[in-house]
Amino acid sequence: MELIFEKSRKGAADPYFPKEDPAGTRKAADVLGKGALRTEPEDVNKRLALPELSELEVVRHVLGLCRRQVGIDSTFYPLGSCTMKYNPKINEAVSRMPQFAGMHPLQPDNTAQGTLQVLYELEAGLCHVTGMDAVTLNPMAGAHGEWTGILLIKAYHDSRGDGKRRKILVPTAAHGTNPASAAMCGYEVVAIPGTDDGLVDLKGLEAALGDDVAALMLTNPNTLGLFESDILKIQKMVHDAGGQLYYDGANLNAILGVARPGDMGFDVVHMNLHKTFSTPHGGGGPGAGPVGVKKHLAEFLPVPFVKKTGDTYAMSSDRPKSIGRVGAFYGNSNVYVRAYTYFRTYGKEGLPEVGKHAVLNAAYVLAKLQDTYTRPLKHPCMHEFILQPTKEMLAKGVRTLHIAKRLIDYGYHPPTIYFPLVVSEAMMIEPTETESKATLDKFVEAMKKIAKEALETPELVINAPHSAPVGKVDETKAAKDLDLRFCACE
Amino acid sequence: MSSSVPAELKYTKEHEWVKREGALAVVGITDHAQHALGDIVFVELPKVGATVTCMKPFGTVESVKAASDLFSPLTGKVVEVNPALSKAPETVNQDCYGAGWMLKIQPSNEAEFNQLLDDKAYGALVNK
Repeated sequence: MELIFEKSRKGAADPYFPKEDPAGTRKAADVLGKGALRTEPEDVNKRLALPELSELEVVRHVLGLCRRQVGIDSTFYPLGSCTMKYNPKINEAVSRMPQFAGMHPLQPDNTAQGTLQVLYELEAGLCHVTGMDAVTLNPMAGAHGEWTGILLIKAYHDSRGDGKRRKILVPTAAHGTNPASAAMCGYEVVAIPGTDDGLVDLKGLEAALGDDVAALMLTNPNTLGLFESDILKIQKMVHDAGGQLYYDGANLNAILGVARPGDMGFDVVHMNLHKTFSTPHGGGGPGAGPVGVKKHLAEFLPVPFVKKTGDTYAMSSDRPKSIGRVGAFYGNSNVYVRAYTYFRTYGKEGLPEVGKHAVLNAAYVLAKLQDTYTRPLKHPCMHEFILQPTKEMLAKGVRTLHIAKRLIDYGYHPPTIYFPLVVSEAMMIEPTETESKATLDKFVEAMKKIAKEALETPELVINAPHSAPVGKVDETKAAKDLDLRFCACE
Repeated sequence: MSSSVPAELKYTKEHEWVKREGALAVVGITDHAQHALGDIVFVELPKVGATVTCMKPFGTVESVKAASDLFSPLTGKVVEVNPALSKAPETVNQDCYGAGWMLKIQPSNEAEFNQLLDDKAYGALVNK
């Protein structure tokens, strides 16, 4: 597909910026002051070199790009660990209501009562589903939430004069953001090994615990899609050693409405609203990474926060021991409107169905595929599971990357591959609760066809994709010689 | 597929190899490691003169699949890093025990050599 710059035809459209005031009555320098003018003598249109096309050509170009997009609205998207569930359109409708979309963070509280009420009630809802005592909506994304949560743990230890805790424990299978967040807060990261079954190795944990450990970061179900059945033992070991337990909300969708991190003994939890509460994912975002805490950490939460007095809501910064501000304003409020809408759509009765169906769908696909591919972990899966190519496929030269690319030919977004790192050739599949049995059956059928192709016509799989607008890409070159610029200059 | 494990080298369980070269120790990653990582696109190494610590990270290696820590087999001072790897990281895939070497270290604790794995022990770890 041609770039819009390549389609450009000189003179097809009017210049974007007039050279001077069209009426010719005023000079730019007179209006703006001489100091505000650029010194380059060139014509601004020439310097920007913006493409020139007619309106119709632009419409066709943009529609052409849209047609090439792959997303949950166009196809099944089993990207493990990312929870690519369907985002109900009512979220968009509500967040675009002018009463929300037209808000400005600096307008007076008494003109923003509706938005403040939404934020306040969302905090309460998030407390309810996580089993925490207080929630901040300040963090702008999941990793920002992790960083905020670790700072809260640091503030807690510091407030008790316990400054020698310099280590944070992270399982080897953890998401990369966990060690990164801990390191960003100045902690030394210690990796905790897993058992062959894919769970936290209690002996390894015991050996690592001590009075120099600030916290253990964990997600449950863990990054292998398994429920940490020893979680109550783990929480006792960590707390007995004086450490705090941090819950990465990445996999909250699997237990939504059924089990709560707070009841498992976690002290801090961050939530990825785009995963569990159907707000936009990545790229287009913006994100939201609320953090929930138990009572003993609440006084350290960042400011500002929403305060309710009688029936009136107000933004407040009256929290003397707070770690301070972590963003300019109180999170991305229109993302919160979407999460709130999701909450109210499902209600207390509906939310447990999310967790249950997420697990059921994953267990169903795993049961259908476990005899076709290698299943490395024997524990029952939660909301996602891991498969590997069989030995026979590997012997034919077919690796996980090839199977993932071949799925594109069948019209699917590939699963997460080569994660977690502790499982070689991992394919991590997360169907989510929003898919029907009919969709899952078709996906299973495609995976079985690919398995057959891998053995009978391996070249077909190895050289995939064959039908995508872009064929097999040279990933090494893409990583080494990344060049995203297009220069239209002569 | 079985990985190559030369008999004259020593190994860590994190998949680095060590070769004695006079008073110095040459360090790189094993055939098993380069194969598991896939196409290597970036190698980050310490500066000459830096101190590295036994079994602590000294750098990172990045492939199209993942970024991984590199662990130092020995404690000591870095006296040379492989200049070729910044321009041609794929050398590690092509010749991990030769041109793809990473560091030359002046070891400061002779006893640490005894803790390294020999080819039999490391081979048993990766070729099971």
